[in-house]
Order: sequence, then structure tokens, then C-alpha cells
Amino acid sequence: MTIAELELALPEIFVLSAACVILLADLFIAEQRRGLTHMLAVFSLIFAAILSLRLMLPPGETVYAFSDTFVRDRFGDILKVFSYLILAAVFVYAKHSLRRAGLFKGEFYTLSLFALLGVMVLISASSMITLYLGLELLALSTYALVALDRESRFGSEAAMKYFILGSLASGLLLYGMSLLYGATGSLQLAEVSAALTGGAGDSMLLTFGLVFVVIGVAFKLGAVPFHMWVPDVYHGAPVAITLFISSVPKLAGLALAIRLLDNGLSGLHGDWQGMLVVLAALSLILGNFAAIAQTNIKRMLAYSTISHMGFMLLGILAGTPEGYAAAMFYAIAYALMSAGAFAVIILLSDGEREADQLDDFKGLARRSPWHAFLMMMILFSLAGVPVFLGFFAKWQVIAAVIAAGFTWLAVLAVLMAVVGAFYYLRVVKLMYFDEPEVEHGLVAPVDFRAVLTANGVAMLALGLFSGGLISLCISAFV
Amino acid sequence: MFEWPLLSLLVWLPIFGAAAVVAIASGMPKLVRPLALAVAVLTFLLSLVLYAGFDVSTAAMQFEERSVWIEAFNIHYHLGVDGLSLPLILLTTLIGVLIIIGGWTIQDRPHLYLASFLVLQGLTVGVFAALDALLFYVFFEAMLVPMFLIIGIWGGPNRIYATIKFFLFTFFGSVFMLIALLWLYLQSGSFAILDLHQLPIALNAQILIFLAFLIAFAVKVPMWPVHTWLPDAHVEAPTGGSVVLAAVMLKIGGYGLVRFSLPITPDAAAALDWLVIGLSLVAIAYIGFVALAQSDMKKLIAYSSISHMGFVTLGLFLAFAISRNTGDVTGAGLGITGGMVQMISHGFISGAMFLAVGVLYDRVHSREISSYGGVANTMPWFAMFAVLFFMANSGLPGTSGFVGEFMVILAAFHASFWFAFVAGITLLLGAAYSLWLVKRVFYGEIANNAVAGLKDLSAREWLLMTILAVFVLGVGIWPFPLIEMMEASVANLVEHILQSKVEGS
Repeated sequence: MTIAELELALPEIFVLSAACVILLADLFIAEQRRGLTHMLAVFSLIFAAILSLRLMLPPGETVYAFSDTFVRDRFGDILKVFSYLILAAVFVYAKHSLRRAGLFKGEFYTLSLFALLGVMVLISASSMITLYLGLELLALSTYALVALDRESRFGSEAAMKYFILGSLASGLLLYGMSLLYGATGSLQLAEVSAALTGGAGDSMLLTFGLVFVVIGVAFKLGAVPFHMWVPDVYHGAPVAITLFISSVPKLAGLALAIRLLDNGLSGLHGDWQGMLVVLAALSLILGNFAAIAQTNIKRMLAYSTISHMGFMLLGILAGTPEGYAAAMFYAIAYALMSAGAFAVIILLSDGEREADQLDDFKGLARRSPWHAFLMMMILFSLAGVPVFLGFFAKWQVIAAVIAAGFTWLAVLAVLMAVVGAFYYLRVVKLMYFDEPEVEHGLVAPVDFRAVLTANGVAMLALGLFSGGLISLCISAFV
Repeated sequence: MFEWPLLSLLVWLPIFGAAAVVAIASGMPKLVRPLALAVAVLTFLLSLVLYAGFDVSTAAMQFEERSVWIEAFNIHYHLGVDGLSLPLILLTTLIGVLIIIGGWTIQDRPHLYLASFLVLQGLTVGVFAALDALLFYVFFEAMLVPMFLIIGIWGGPNRIYATIKFFLFTFFGSVFMLIALLWLYLQSGSFAILDLHQLPIALNAQILIFLAFLIAFAVKVPMWPVHTWLPDAHVEAPTGGSVVLAAVMLKIGGYGLVRFSLPITPDAAAALDWLVIGLSLVAIAYIGFVALAQSDMKKLIAYSSISHMGFVTLGLFLAFAISRNTGDVTGAGLGITGGMVQMISHGFISGAMFLAVGVLYDRVHSREISSYGGVANTMPWFAMFAVLFFMANSGLPGTSGFVGEFMVILAAFHASFWFAFVAGITLLLGAAYSLWLVKRVFYGEIANNAVAGLKDLSAREWLLMTILAVFVLGVGIWPFPLIEMMEASVANLVEHILQSKVEGS
């Protein structure tokens, strides 16, 4: 291990240090000055973003470190920068919600930062061991976060469910990895890939391993039929935690899929493509139809997540650089949209209960026209209506899947987008066409409103000027 | 010499104007309406500058603007007009002004109402001016958002059903177009519409693409049997919404057919012209009978719109049959010209009829024909205008309604006697339902106290009615400028679509 190698992992080292410092500092910060912990965490993230931006590698360059278990490339760097920024927004949104729910504690920040570290390790993994380590760090921190509200029955139930199903998925993934190790004789993804191109390995063993790995990935993404945990966890966790789960870990899910399936198992593309086709098609169908039946908006967004993961899988299954870039664009766009949508739920909630019923959105346009407008842009973006961000994500994955020769899947995807439009429109209808049941306006701190405004306007701005983000994603796969 | 980016101004001025209207609403509520009107009038004047500078002798795109939008996919912000899009842009900007004047009395959140219409207007001009297929799609879809809000917020009692149906129908139709466009992009590496016109495509691929486009545009036109959203949307929409829907938005379907379906997939269009002609004839005849049976004025006009838009689609697809029958290329453009003229004319007439119903509805709050009778006794001036518009709707010579229908029927004779025969029936039917409505609403004894207490047109309504009457009569008496505008482009289009694109693929 050399100093130069440590320098490659500078962002990870910084985030780890920041998490430890905050863990310690929080012990000495008085209850009423908890805002300081928040500020420390947010500034750490901003600093980490600056650090990663300065260290960002040019397109096409890949550097390995720590005996080839750690990789730095443009794909990872870009994803990390978005992870910091989205997490910073999540912190701002969550503070408002946690404070009212009486959950405003230092643990939230420490656990989230450790989860972020897990995401970063996962993103930069070039060996199956590193990949697994990152994944587990993320998962364990998230289980604890879901149970953050100890008093809540639903929260504990969700955490338990998440923990058991998540452990099962991790076990399956690990088993798949061990089979792959047995077949190829290596844990390094690059060596696995080389071995596969060399024609090594028992094809029976490889297929077995692949099936378990794909199941593990599908569990983590929440793709049908491995989606059962998603609605319950989204519903049971405090809204601030749901907000977290629905944003940054999606970027990790993308990285997990791309590192494993592309960097490691691209030689088996023909095999995993078929599996992903099934996963994507089922996710699109079930996610969208089940979302229509929900009256709880957290559950509705949970099913909508499932369908969005189906869309993201479309890009991955194409197996081309264009497809991966489209999936990456989709993951980033989805994380932004989802963060914004949950932020509006937080905004509508008051101290007593979360505004997690669809009816809580009634007449929002009268109570707060600007926030209704922001939410409308977020919803149309989720529905994939031009000129909002979500449309540009959708057409790219659809183009990738047509280029891969699956025109029928593209037709299915757009039909499901029409089905999906219905339940997003229903929320717009509640906000704009119905009269409010409560008259009082909405209160939120300035920073919350500023970030929400930026988030909502980004739906339009990143849609109108999507060229930059598209080029950025493409540059990750040169 | 510096040239003003006129088309961009026409697209963005109303959109930014809408933002300004909303921005001043809380501070200066009195200025909301004048500002919206100023924006709309300025946009209209700019479109007249466009008209003045337009060269009618060429089919090439004019006033082109082109800059890179999404570099990675070779997508451009590319605008331009030719003889097919210019008349529709002028129609859009004119109707835009009328809507703002017509919406003057809206009381519920007037700034949002006016802003929605301004945004809608800007996006509609964008649809007609876009020369990049993805840009077109973006405008085409984005238009749904303001219209969704207009019907949903200011519409009638059943507005929510109507507006969601409207949105989902159109969204459903257009996603197939997206797939077709992406497929074309993967073949050609370009989203430029003019490049796609030249792209050779095998016949079976053409047929699939043609059908994908047809679903998108047939919903918009709307053609039978995907027309069912229109009567609902029309009945529930506020007056302004109905006017824009009938006068402008339906035309996007017809425009899409001439801009995409015919030139990109001419062989499929030739092979399947029987399908479009058949659906058009069903719309013309069957929907005409349906209109006859309506008791709600707005529904009657909505069905009449579908029937008249059937003329448009009929005219557009006659060229192939004519050239097969006569071997003559020059006469083949007659149907397309007729269809285009019919679109403009229907824009004026349907807009005027909806405004007329709006005038009555504002006073009596009923759309039922049976709530009226003898309106001519209490509102003589209004009756004069309304009778003119309904007469024009039935195709009275001297009004714009006659010109387009006459050209299409003439072209239909060249194609087949039976096409012309069925299409001719509509002249009877159109006269029947239009005049019967006039008789029941305007003539006879004064039916009830509500009618007895009616006041004649206000100055604002006078203005609206006069402007529309001038255009209806103007195009009817002297259609030459309109036909001259589109002549070169139509000739070019006909020449293009009668050449096979299959070879070389």
C-alpha cells in the first residue's frame, strides 16, 4: 500500500473521518444545538463533493488500487458526486421532519454517512469482496435507520422485514459469488471477466452462480418478484428515512448491477440479459398497476419505485455503453425526483402525523401555489411527460432497448408509462382540482424551501438543458 | 445583417409572458389581464411580420433557426416554416388573442387561466415550427399539461373525468410515435424531420411506422373510433378551452399527418390509404348523424368538429387514389390543399361557434338546446353572428366552410365517385344539424323568462364576433392568399409522396 494509493481513496477516507468526527462531536453538542451536527454533516458532504470533483478522472481512464480491489473511474466519480449532493439535500429535508417527530438525533447523521461510505465503497469496488463489504455497510446502516423511531410499531416491523429479507438477499448474493469464484478462480471482477472471455469454467456452475447474483441484485433494486420489502419499508419507516432509502441507495443499486454484470460478467451477457428482461417487464407491469390501487402516497411511491427500477433495468439489459449511460441518467434523475416528492410529503406533514394519505394533497394549489407547482413538475417528471427531466430519462432507456432489438419490450414500457401517468395525474388532480380540507398555510424553514425550490426547478431546467447531463453520463462509459 | 429569431420569439414570448403574468398577480392583480392581452397581441403582430416576410414561391423552409440541443444524440433546436405550417401558426396566434379577450371575465385565479393559455399558445407554435422530430415530440406532449389544467380547474361538473380521459388518450397515442421516432433515429442517426423525409425504408417497416404515427395523430384529429375523448373534453372545458381545442389543437393531428405520415412513409400511406379514407368517411357520415341527435349545444359542435375533421383526413389521403386513377400528378394536390384550407376554416368556424355557445352559457348557464328558443328576439345582433357561423359550418358558399369542403369533394370525385357521394352527404347532414340548432335556439317564440331577460352582446363580445366573422367571410370570398401560401409546399409534398422510398433500402 502506497501513499499514492491512499490518495486515490481520498474521498472515502474523508467521509469516514467526517462520520467519526460527527459521531464524537455529537456527544458534546447539547440537545438544543443539534443544528450544529446537521451543519457539520452538510458541509462535510459539500466538501466531499468539491474533493471528488477536483480528483475526477478524465473519460476512459481507470486506476486500480489496494491489490486491485478498489477502482477509480469516471463512472464512479460522477456517481459519488451525485450521491453527496443528493444526500446533502436529503439532510436538509430530513432535519425539518425529524425535528417535528422528535427524532432529531446525531445517530441519523452518523448512520447516513456510514451508509454513504458503503455506497462509495460499492461504487468503487473492483472485487466481489469489496462489493459485498460496501453493500453490507450500506444495508446494516439502513436497517438501523428504518428502526430510528423506536416507539413506532410500524417502524420496527418494517426494519425487521427489511433486515430478514435483506440478509437473505445478501446470502444469495454471497452464495452466487462463491459459485462464480469456484468457476473462474478469482474474486477480481476484471479477472473473472477475462476468464469468461477465455472460455474458462463449467457453464453449469457459472449459470448457477449468475442466477444467484442476479437475484441478489434484483432484491437490492426491488425488482419484481423480489420487491416485497419495498412497500412495507417505505410505508413503515419515518418519512425522512424513506426519503433517504428512495434516493442515494438507488445509485448504489445501479453501481452494483454495472460492476457485477458489466465489469465482471459481461461474458455472460446473453444469459443475464434474458433474466433482466423478465425482471424489467414484471416490475413495469406490477409496479404501475399496484400503484394505482394505493391510497397511501408512501406506498404509491414505493410501487412507483418498483416500476422505475424496471425502466432502469431496460438500460442495463441492453448491455451497451449507451444503455448503461441511459440507466445511469435514469438513476440520477430518479433519485432527484424521488427526493423532491418525499420532501413535499414532509412539507405537508405536521407535528402530529405524517401527511402520507393521498387526500392530504387536496387543494394544495390553494394553500401554497408555489409548492403545488413544484410538486406538479416533479409528478409530471415522474410520469415522463416532456419537457421535464423524467422524459429524457425514459426515452433514452427506451432507445437503448430498441437498439438492443427488444421493440416489444419498448412497447410494453411505454404502455406502462401511460398506466403510470394515471396515478401521478391523480395527485395533480387532488392538488389543483379539489378544494382544501384544511385552510392553514405551510410552514418550513428557509433552507428547506430553498432546496425544495432548487429541486423542483431542476426538473424543468435539467429537462430543457438535458444535453449536459446526458454527455456526462455518456462520458462515464467511453 | 442581424435577423430577429422570429420563430423563437413566437414560441417563447408567450411562455415568458405567462411567467410574468403569474409573477405580477399578487402584487398588481389589476394588470394581469392587460399584460396577458399585450403579450398575445404582440405575438400576433410578430406572426404578421412572419407572414409579410414569407416567400410563397418556394417550398423550402424559411426563417430557419438551428442550434445544437442534445449533442450526444444529434438533436437540434431547429425551427422553420413552410407553406404548410405558416397558416396554422397564424391561426394559433390569432386564436390566442381571441382567447385572452374571451377569458376577460374569468374570476377564479385569472392569472393562472391566462398564463395557461399563453403557455399553450407558445407550445402550439413550437409544434408547428419544429423541424427536429424530438423537439416536435416535446412540444406535442408538453401541450397536454396546460390543457389538462385548463379543463380540470375551470371546467364543468364532470371535468375531472374529462380531463384525465383527454390526457391519457393523447398520451397513449403519442407514445407509439415516440417509439417510431426512436426507431427512425436508430436507422438514420438523425432526428431532423427533413432527413427523415429522405430516408429509404422497407415497406413492412414503413407500415409499422405509419400505423404508429396514425395512432398518435388519429387520437389528436380525432378520427373515428378514437374520438370519444373529444365530446367529453369539449363539453366540460371552459369556453376558452373548447375554442383552443377545436380551433388549434385538433389541427396538430392533421399537421402531423402531412409533416410525418405522408412524407416519411409514403409507400405505407399509399398502401393503407383505404384505411384512412374509410375511417374518414365513417367520421363524416356516421358522426354527422350522431351530431344530429345531440341535445347539448357543445356536444353537437364537438361531433360536428369530428365530422369536419373527417374532411381534412379524407382530403389529405386522396392524392394516391387520384394519381392511380388519372396518372396525373398536378391534380393530386387538390385534396391536400382542400384539407389544409378546411383546417384553417374549421379553426375559425368551430372557434366562433364555441364562443357563441359561451355567450349564451355566460348568461343562462345552460348548454341544453331545450333551455333556449327565440333568442333572436332578445339578442338580434348576436343572432346575426351566430346564424352566420352556423351557416358557415354547414358549408354555405361565400363562407370559408365552403371552400375547403368543395375542394375536397372535387378531389374525391377524381378518386372515386363513391367517396364523393358519401362525403357529399355531409353537406346535407351538416346543414341539417346546424340549421336545426339555429331554428330551435334562435327562432320561434321566446321560450322562457331566462331568454326574455337576455341582454345583447357587450362591446367585448362584439369585438370577438366581428373579428371571426371577418375571417370566415374573408376566406370564403377570397381564399386566394391562403391557397397561394401553401401552393408551393403542397406541390412539393405531392411530388415527394408519389415517389417510392422502398428502393435503396
